[in-house]
Amino acid sequence: MAEWEAVIGLEIHVQLRTRTKMFCGCELSFGDDPNVHTCAICLAHPGVLPTVNEQAVQYGLQIGLALGCEIAPRSIFHRKNYFYPDNPKAYQISQYDIPLARSGSLADVRIHRVHLEEDAAKLIHVGESGRIHGSGASLVDFNRGGTPLVEIVTEPDLREPSRAREWLQLLRSTIKAIGASDVNMEEGSLRCDANISLRPAGSDELGTKTELKNMNSFRFIERGIAAEIERQRDVLESGGVVSQDTLHFDPRDGTLTSLRSKEYAHDYRYFPEPDLVPLAPTEEMLARAREALPELPAERRERYRSELDLPEKQATQLAFAAGLGSYYEEALATADGASAKAIANWVTGDLVARLRDAGEDDCDPASSKVTPGAIASLAGLAESRAVSNNAAREVLSALVAEGGDPAEIVEREGLGQMEDSGELDEIVDRALEAEPDAAQKVRDGNMKAVGPLVGFVMRETKGRADGGEVTRLIREKLGR
Amino acid sequence: MSAGIRELTAAGAIGRIEAGELSPGDLRDAYAQAPDELGAYLERLSEGGEPAAGELRGLPVAVKDIFCTEGVPTTAGSKILEGYRPPYTATAVQRLADAGANVLGKTNMDEFAMGSSNENSAYGPVRNPWDIGRVPGGSSGGSAAAVAGRLAPAAIGTDTGGSIRQPASLCGIVGLKPTYGAISRYGMIAFASSLDQCGPLTRDVTDAALLLRAMQGADTCDSTCVGIEAGVELPSREDLKGLRIGVASDFSHQVEGVEPGVADVFERSLEMIRELGAEVGECELPHAEHGISAYYVLAPAEASANLARYDGVRYGLRADGDGELVAMYERTRAAGFGPEVKRRIMLGTYALSSGYYDAYYGRAQRVRTKIAEDFTTAFEGFDLIATPTSPSVAFELGARTKDPLAMYLSDYFTVPMSLAGIPAISIPAGLAEPPGGGPQLPVGLQLTSPAFTESSLLDAAHALERAVAFDGRPPTLGEEA
Amino acid sequence: MARLARLELSEEDVERMAGELSNILEHVERISSLDLDGVEPTTHVVVLENVLRADEPRPSLPRETALEQAPDPADGAFRVPSPQA
Repeated sequence: MAEWEAVIGLEIHVQLRTRTKMFCGCELSFGDDPNVHTCAICLAHPGVLPTVNEQAVQYGLQIGLALGCEIAPRSIFHRKNYFYPDNPKAYQISQYDIPLARSGSLADVRIHRVHLEEDAAKLIHVGESGRIHGSGASLVDFNRGGTPLVEIVTEPDLREPSRAREWLQLLRSTIKAIGASDVNMEEGSLRCDANISLRPAGSDELGTKTELKNMNSFRFIERGIAAEIERQRDVLESGGVVSQDTLHFDPRDGTLTSLRSKEYAHDYRYFPEPDLVPLAPTEEMLARAREALPELPAERRERYRSELDLPEKQATQLAFAAGLGSYYEEALATADGASAKAIANWVTGDLVARLRDAGEDDCDPASSKVTPGAIASLAGLAESRAVSNNAAREVLSALVAEGGDPAEIVEREGLGQMEDSGELDEIVDRALEAEPDAAQKVRDGNMKAVGPLVGFVMRETKGRADGGEVTRLIREKLGR
Repeated sequence: MSAGIRELTAAGAIGRIEAGELSPGDLRDAYAQAPDELGAYLERLSEGGEPAAGELRGLPVAVKDIFCTEGVPTTAGSKILEGYRPPYTATAVQRLADAGANVLGKTNMDEFAMGSSNENSAYGPVRNPWDIGRVPGGSSGGSAAAVAGRLAPAAIGTDTGGSIRQPASLCGIVGLKPTYGAISRYGMIAFASSLDQCGPLTRDVTDAALLLRAMQGADTCDSTCVGIEAGVELPSREDLKGLRIGVASDFSHQVEGVEPGVADVFERSLEMIRELGAEVGECELPHAEHGISAYYVLAPAEASANLARYDGVRYGLRADGDGELVAMYERTRAAGFGPEVKRRIMLGTYALSSGYYDAYYGRAQRVRTKIAEDFTTAFEGFDLIATPTSPSVAFELGARTKDPLAMYLSDYFTVPMSLAGIPAISIPAGLAEPPGGGPQLPVGLQLTSPAFTESSLLDAAHALERAVAFDGRPPTLGEEA
Repeated sequence: MARLARLELSEEDVERMAGELSNILEHVERISSLDLDGVEPTTHVVVLENVLRADEPRPSLPRETALEQAPDPADGAFRVPSPQA
């Protein structure tokens, strides 16, 4: 059986956080009643003309710059012509062969292009479904129609479904940090389609690709891509040929359905939009866009290495894993006492591990109950030995489960480091009494037997005791 | 005395109003009550006629039914918009109102501005007041007939390839297509976005200047509109001394297909131009002859996209699709559009389709560049260029409807200026007998100048108009109406 | 082509139009013989760039007005036959 390599590219649409639509002054809608944010322009009445939203262009430039792209000195809009009820002009104003930005990269994935366009309206299907003819009616709500979109297309540089998901999360947090979009997949402000093909490992040629649509969570994207890779592998290994297709992934049962229909064999008859003039970003516009950019992942990694002296691998993880960087930054900001390194270790070590165990979809600490302030405070407590490492881990469990303040939890649960070594002394004595066999073995020189004794003390102290100190006391008392 | 009132030019009427000799109400009534036997109007409005401030002082103006007028039916001459009432008013019309004018009525037109005879209206043809068996020209046929037929003191229309100038020529009035970008297109139902321009149809050049002045100017609703930076001066020239007028030998009255009567009038006009002190010389417009070919690729292509929104979903006509969406679209558009519109949509769709774009649309855009360059070069040696406006006088109703290509060639002389985006005006230059004989009919002369030089263009046209002293009253109107 | 343009045409329509269109296209073909190498297409007539609108809300239409002209308004929306795809 030949080894196959999956080749994955992503096509992402991001709704921008402007106040008004891309080509008219209607406000953007958030779950409002249908058709309350429309005007003659976004309803495509006769005689209307589009006008370009300045803030949308700014956000587009910011995204392009954040993705390391070359900004086109001059780009134009095109009309993409097709008939569909959610497309009132029967053409979408988009960009075609001269887009806003090209040739960038984010981490190890190259960006092919970034361009501006408008979103379609919303079609709500009512009436009987499942019938082929006369299948009921649809209602069109034009509130969403005209919302500004940035489309980002990657080169097919991804190879693994999990990496695709991770990279998409990185893209999301980058755009979120810019403030250009809410990038929320559930709400539809972040949409992602994938192009997938297979080729023999080591080959340079590209196989036939299929397009996968309708995946509205990170988890489904990963599963959908994996499922399609499987499907293509089966086809190829049984001697078949993969045909170009557009597929829907149903996450409920993992099935892929072909959308092969005439509607998808469109001839869009692109031509330059005569109602709009070209965009030629000025120095001033570019400077404004650059200034508004937050620290980008590569810059951040460098800063963590050189200024905070974090090891390369950890610096990369914090800078390039979605959400970790900004979370860490916030933790650093609140910390008084805890060192940057200590906080980093807690974040990338125990915290991430706990979240993964708890099954968090994207391991984003920001969506957990552990606030940045809490992790910083915990790191401080552990670093200053106010609590033992074991106790600190218990505190972390509590934080993950219910949130709160570490100092309060320590007090409430009595997890503070044992100040009074007399108390510890007394507990060690009780341990020696309770585990006489173990105590004897230690006296006789078998250090491994110290385990049950330490365990007893830890249980009694609810983990507050410092493990090293306990062992020292035991050995002292047993003459070892 | 209403016929007397209706002989006044717009400027004349405004002068009387200013002098307190005429009320806007009486002026409007005189026109509103005149019977429309030409089919010029689709809708005659009952409001208006109050005194108004502004340069146009209560002047009633006929508005081509391609301009959206809030709450008032606007059809673009098509069945697909029957009963449609826009929720807003076109900027150009609003600017006229801001200057004191009011809308007299909505005039008939070739459907979606596609035509050169006003025989393509879904609401019946318009007749030429000079001979009611003949066409007024198109697509602003209703506006031209209304002004020539004394049914409006002034009108506005649109010109994409000649739709103001050609009917003005055939009806013996003045028609101006300003520079592309001079007047806002917001609210003008789109035919070909990169070519459409609003402009006045009037009894004389001064009236045209007045309307242009009121309407021109940048508009935040139209990204392609810049207005005329230098503004618009009212014309005053009485001679053409110091001006150089160019005539292209391969793009003028000697071209095959120009009627002998038209050619004669043009030559006499050139004489008059010389007598007025201008230097007449030969210029070159080597690519102008390809204007029609480029135009009939570009305009239909843009139109096919602009007319795609007429799908029965949000307004206008909707046909029954037996519950099927595509059928609904197809039947709605089949029922709502006339044959010329369908022809152009098909042409346009084809020109843009995959595999043909470069050969048709791409090439046409390049031809367009060459034509514009030709004018730029010619204007280095000349201030203005003159051509006949139309190769023919008004032709009979039905004469060209079977041959679309023959119809398209009516725009031969007007299309290149549209492609280049430069301003052009047609003024009546004389009368000529039609081929086959009969009463004489108007012949227009076209003058064109560099972009945004409307004031000079109007000035020169004014001087020539004075010299021609065209008796603009169609004999069919009789002595008194 | 008619399907792309969403126009329902009868048999005769198609025949007649094919003839008319051929004629027109023949005329239009004349531009195919021109030497246009190195000539830039005119995509925009006006020499303007960066005409941008400030991101300030403007009043939307009241819903009744938006739906006033609709051939089949329902539940505050525009009703259409469902697309087949």
